[in-house]
Amino acid sequence: MESVLGRYRNLTILVGVLFLQVLGLAVQVKRSADAEHTRLIRIWAVDAITPFERVLVWAQNRSGNVWHNYFFLRGVRAENRQLKEQIEQMRLEQVRLSEDAAQARRLQSLLAFKEQTIAKTVPAQVIGSSGSDLSQSIYIDKGSNDGIAQDMAVITVGGIVGKVLRVYPTTSLVLMINDQSSGVGALLEKSRLQGVLRGSPNGELVLDRVMSDEQVSPGDILLSSGGDQIFPKGLPVGTVTKVNPGKELFLSIKVKPAADLSRLEEVLVVTEKREQEPVAESSGVRVRAADILAQRLPSVPAKPAMVVGAPPTADENTAAGQTSSAVAKPPANGAARPITGNAIKPEGSASAGPAGNAANQSLAHDVPISGQPVTTQILKKAVQKPASRDSDTDVAAGSTAASNPDDSSVKPAKAPSKPSSAQSLPQPPASDDNPH
Amino acid sequence: MTIPTSVPITYTSGEQIEVYRFNIPVTVGVPLLALFLQAFVPRRLPFFSIFDLPLLVTIFFAMARRNPISGLFTGAAIGLVQDMLGAYPIGIYGIAKTVVGYGASSLGAKLDVENAGARFLVTLGFYLVHQAVYFTVARGMVNLTLNWSWSRGILAGVVNAFLGVLLYFVLDKFKQRT
Repeated sequence: MESVLGRYRNLTILVGVLFLQVLGLAVQVKRSADAEHTRLIRIWAVDAITPFERVLVWAQNRSGNVWHNYFFLRGVRAENRQLKEQIEQMRLEQVRLSEDAAQARRLQSLLAFKEQTIAKTVPAQVIGSSGSDLSQSIYIDKGSNDGIAQDMAVITVGGIVGKVLRVYPTTSLVLMINDQSSGVGALLEKSRLQGVLRGSPNGELVLDRVMSDEQVSPGDILLSSGGDQIFPKGLPVGTVTKVNPGKELFLSIKVKPAADLSRLEEVLVVTEKREQEPVAESSGVRVRAADILAQRLPSVPAKPAMVVGAPPTADENTAAGQTSSAVAKPPANGAARPITGNAIKPEGSASAGPAGNAANQSLAHDVPISGQPVTTQILKKAVQKPASRDSDTDVAAGSTAASNPDDSSVKPAKAPSKPSSAQSLPQPPASDDNPH
Repeated sequence: MTIPTSVPITYTSGEQIEVYRFNIPVTVGVPLLALFLQAFVPRRLPFFSIFDLPLLVTIFFAMARRNPISGLFTGAAIGLVQDMLGAYPIGIYGIAKTVVGYGASSLGAKLDVENAGARFLVTLGFYLVHQAVYFTVARGMVNLTLNWSWSRGILAGVVNAFLGVLLYFVLDKFKQRT
């Protein structure tokens, strides 16, 4: 026996080492419910690696900040201008969406639905990965000391990222949604079809369990369904890129993740979710797209008390025009009046102010103001708006149409020139209303 | 006629195959550096995740030492640390790299693996062996739902073999003759 072992010494040791590891694996698999038994050894490994990663990430961020914040500022002005315009558009979009959301809440409250909302998040920085092509997971620099717990959802502004798999005192391991062992309940935004999102060997996302007779097309948006009890419902998951017939009557749907999973730097960990019944708005104070527009329109500066008998000036004419317009077409509901807000909040640009007010004046008196870049044609267009329009939208449209068309700050305000219902969002400028 | 009284043990079947050793900082530092880079770099350079630096280091040390016991323990240690950093149970990489370490050192004791072509083929072969063992253990024992992609597996094998050839020439500088 000894001679056999001596002869096959290397092989015997190999079998012994493999056996020990297999035994250790079996123990872990059996006790997979609680990972406490493997916790200590993992902590040692993670504690040995992550400090270096933290230092490198810190140094990288510092050097990057110095470069980007102090030296490389080319194009910042133009970008700032673009962002401001984008904010304008998004504010309008926000108003429309808040209207939709309010309507949805009213309907949900009628049906006694409960919804999960994100109550609290903890921002974290990505400091490393698992170091394996076969396991799509990342390390973040927040752990149990920061309130992180297992199975918490990890998201970015773009979309969902994954869930917390293991928690250490100062770091956490996040299993990303493109890992092969990951699964996320998802639904298609348009068709509301539900499926399970899984990772593939090459790190792509695939939507499973959608029957092959369903209509799914590239470009469809995918949202979290909330069925996995980890991600709140409605978070962006990704976009369908390819649809092929798959196995067993199911479609094979490839999905591009909404969050850029390969270049994550900062993430948010959802540490607290709240389940609540939707509350319908009862105050009646609603902000409408027209109100937002009105706040952004040129305003009438405050005037001293008018001398009785003196001839009205151009500005006075404007104010009079506004007043008469408002009186002629009072708003249907009790919402804030754009004209009033317009007069109170002088937010419009100085150059566009008189021009915009001139349009209001033209609505009442049809008299253009000389010296302003307002043509008669524009004023006519402003006057020729359909009379069936909501009064708020009317005023906003008139003012906008008469504004300087070259002024980019009033672009969004051209939207209401199209006839629409009182709650609809102003659409982008139509070609027939464009003064150009 | 003189008869040689002793023959160096590093000679096999008339062909000279040398056995090398490494000092302790290299023995410990290089695998740790490989593990660190494998964990850190892919977050900055996503394509880097296709490489398996710990596997390349395992193969290099095993082939250079030409001692199966040393090779399997090196592979086991590197694999287990890699497991500890990952999301799956500890031991999957450990088993795969143990087999690779044993195989590479056994092969290194019989063949000359000093030239680039041999190194390329050996690395490619052991990469595929490593993946085969990994998937067998992951699916058979741990019941992970991992799917094998032939195209990606072979591509990764070729890419790792190329990197391995370059890396081995760098690591050759640390070799010390026994």
